[in-house]
Amino acid sequence: MYLETKDVVKRYAHHLALNKVSISVPRGTVFGLLGPNGAGKTTLIRIITRITAPDSGEVLLEGRPSRAEDVYRIGYLPEERGLYKKMKVGEQAMYLAQLRGLSKQDAHRELMIWFKRFDIMSWYNRKVEELSKGMQQKVQFISTVIHNPDLLIFDEPFSGFDPVNADIVKNEMLRLKEEGKTIILSTHNMESVEALCDNIALIHQSEVVLQGRVFDIRNEHRPGIFRFRLYGNVFDLEHPSFTLLSKEPYHEFIDLRIRKAEGITSNELAKLIFDRYEVVSFDEELPTMNDVFIRTVTKEAHS
Amino acid sequence: MNTLNLVIQREYITRVRKKSFIILTLLMPLLMVALTFLPLWLSTLNDGEVKRIAVIDQTGIYAPLLHSTETYQFEIVGEEQRADAETKVGTELFAILHITGDLSQDQGTVSLTSGKQSPQELQELIRSTLREKVTQQKLDQLSASGEVESEAIMQVREILEEKPSISLQTLRMEGDGSVTESSTEVATIIGMVFTILIYMFILMYGNMVMQAVLEEKKTRIVEVMVSSVKPVNLLIGKIVGIGLVGITQLAIWGILAGGLFSLLSFLVVSPEQVASMSSGMGGMADMSSLADVGGIPMEGVMRAILSINWLEVILFFLLFFIGGYVLYASIFAMFASAVDSEEDTSQFLTPITLLIMFAFFAGFYSVNNPDGPLAFWASLIPFSSPIVMMVRIPFGIPLWEKILSLLLLYGTFILISVVAAKIYRVGILMYGKKPSLKEMFKWMRYK
Repeated sequence: MYLETKDVVKRYAHHLALNKVSISVPRGTVFGLLGPNGAGKTTLIRIITRITAPDSGEVLLEGRPSRAEDVYRIGYLPEERGLYKKMKVGEQAMYLAQLRGLSKQDAHRELMIWFKRFDIMSWYNRKVEELSKGMQQKVQFISTVIHNPDLLIFDEPFSGFDPVNADIVKNEMLRLKEEGKTIILSTHNMESVEALCDNIALIHQSEVVLQGRVFDIRNEHRPGIFRFRLYGNVFDLEHPSFTLLSKEPYHEFIDLRIRKAEGITSNELAKLIFDRYEVVSFDEELPTMNDVFIRTVTKEAHS
Repeated sequence: MNTLNLVIQREYITRVRKKSFIILTLLMPLLMVALTFLPLWLSTLNDGEVKRIAVIDQTGIYAPLLHSTETYQFEIVGEEQRADAETKVGTELFAILHITGDLSQDQGTVSLTSGKQSPQELQELIRSTLREKVTQQKLDQLSASGEVESEAIMQVREILEEKPSISLQTLRMEGDGSVTESSTEVATIIGMVFTILIYMFILMYGNMVMQAVLEEKKTRIVEVMVSSVKPVNLLIGKIVGIGLVGITQLAIWGILAGGLFSLLSFLVVSPEQVASMSSGMGGMADMSSLADVGGIPMEGVMRAILSINWLEVILFFLLFFIGGYVLYASIFAMFASAVDSEEDTSQFLTPITLLIMFAFFAGFYSVNNPDGPLAFWASLIPFSSPIVMMVRIPFGIPLWEKILSLLLLYGTFILISVVAAKIYRVGILMYGKKPSLKEMFKWMRYK
């Protein structure tokens, strides 16, 4: 395990921000940190990046407690991010790179590489206040990754980007993962979670309510809905092992959505249908992460 | 390079490079000189017009004594022309001086009527002329009465004509029994200059620190910064960087002032220059309330300036400047970190500003009595000591007072900056509701 938090607790004056939060992030993977607003994600990130200290619990990096100098191995792009408006883009990027432990020469060399990669060399001597928000985001992204950190933490990295630039950032993240970096991604954009994340943790009301591989979680949260396409135009079977959700004719076929009853296996359900109808296709619906998110959060709210 | 150095460097360089800083630093001394001397110079300017004053003297004793000057022309006018003269007041005539009786008998028999407020200068000219005559008249009457020997009266007249003038040499007894020449006037001016400098710098640079903290918070750069810089380093870097900007500005002003001073002292060396300078100064000063100071000859001023222990004054100035600046800058930074916008700072800043104002006025009044209780206590209490102490140091005060004051100041500033750093650390990452003092107090306990 590359990064772990163990029973992290953080209490503020009026509320408990994190209650015994434990997460495990394997090396070289993208880890999605999900949760509604105010769930405690930012607080957890701030504890991992050593901006604040936990009241109890610990953060382990490569199995040992994290140390002050570990911040140089972390690149953090906060959700609320800004730049000094009056500074020139190049100077500012140099400053941030040096703050992250690079020497002047290294910082300059790396900056040149990144500025070329993002095709923003022409901005080097412009003041930040002259740039659009998306342009500033690129500069911030560069300053997050410039010092070649092992651990990258992106908090809502796609907000403020147009689709083209969002794609550029997404590809950069995948490239960084290829290079063996570990990435923590905190976002509300569930499509990007499905596209990018290997593992996730869902934090709700200061606690981890769901954690694991994205595939496993989606699998576990299968709502037991099956889609069948049958030959013919009649389907009138009624049986206690399923409920019919919808029935739509499609050319010479009929499309069904069926919810399986509790205690019945998929095979038993399939056999029931296969025995009576000619089946063209059959599959089970996997829930989107969006579904999982909403179901978990609302279920928690009700219980 | 460590992050603290980088932060200091950035804070310093971005500010010193600003055009506004360069212009202000170079122009301020010129501006100060201009602001001080321009009004003085303007007040000496004649409006070029000769003011005519009609003198109606029913006694005929006083009118011939009023001699016309470049500016004022006295014209003796008979009582019968009075009505005619009155119609001309404000046009051809500037004023009418009306004397109806013997002033040695009744002092209230003289009046000056003018269209505009009559200048102080004119009143003084008339008053002194009349006073001299009345004194003579009274002596004449006394001698005529035969009650006093005429010999004695002669001597009194002589004494009065001599107008004995006293130049009081002020000396100061040091603790070791040695006596040094001191000049209260020069010490006063130097004390005030340093006090105003400290006051100005604490307000100006304290505010700059506040703006810098607010800017980082408002642009949200602080979130990016704290991931690689410890908040306490960010705070220290800011206070030190901006403080260095202040010291740079002071140093440049010091060099400019030193240059100006050496230029003046060079001019003073040549005698004819001395004469013209002193008369120039004297002439200007007469017009103003600075008369007492201007009365000292230039050479004396120069000697007094040199007699001040500059090394000591500047050393203590720097020590008190640093202490006072860091103390107030920490407070400013602390409150700025807790709020989201400038508008929200006023609630916290008003008491601080009042405190600084109080210190400034305490310093102002301490000039009159640099060893009085107000001066003594205000120069020990840390929040006012940097400002008030600078008034007292040129007058020479015991070393233990200075050391005690510095110890108290530095002790307080360490305490306050620890508190400020704790609050700042939490405050810069808190958005939304403006916290109460109680909540800020709670922040101190956060890990």
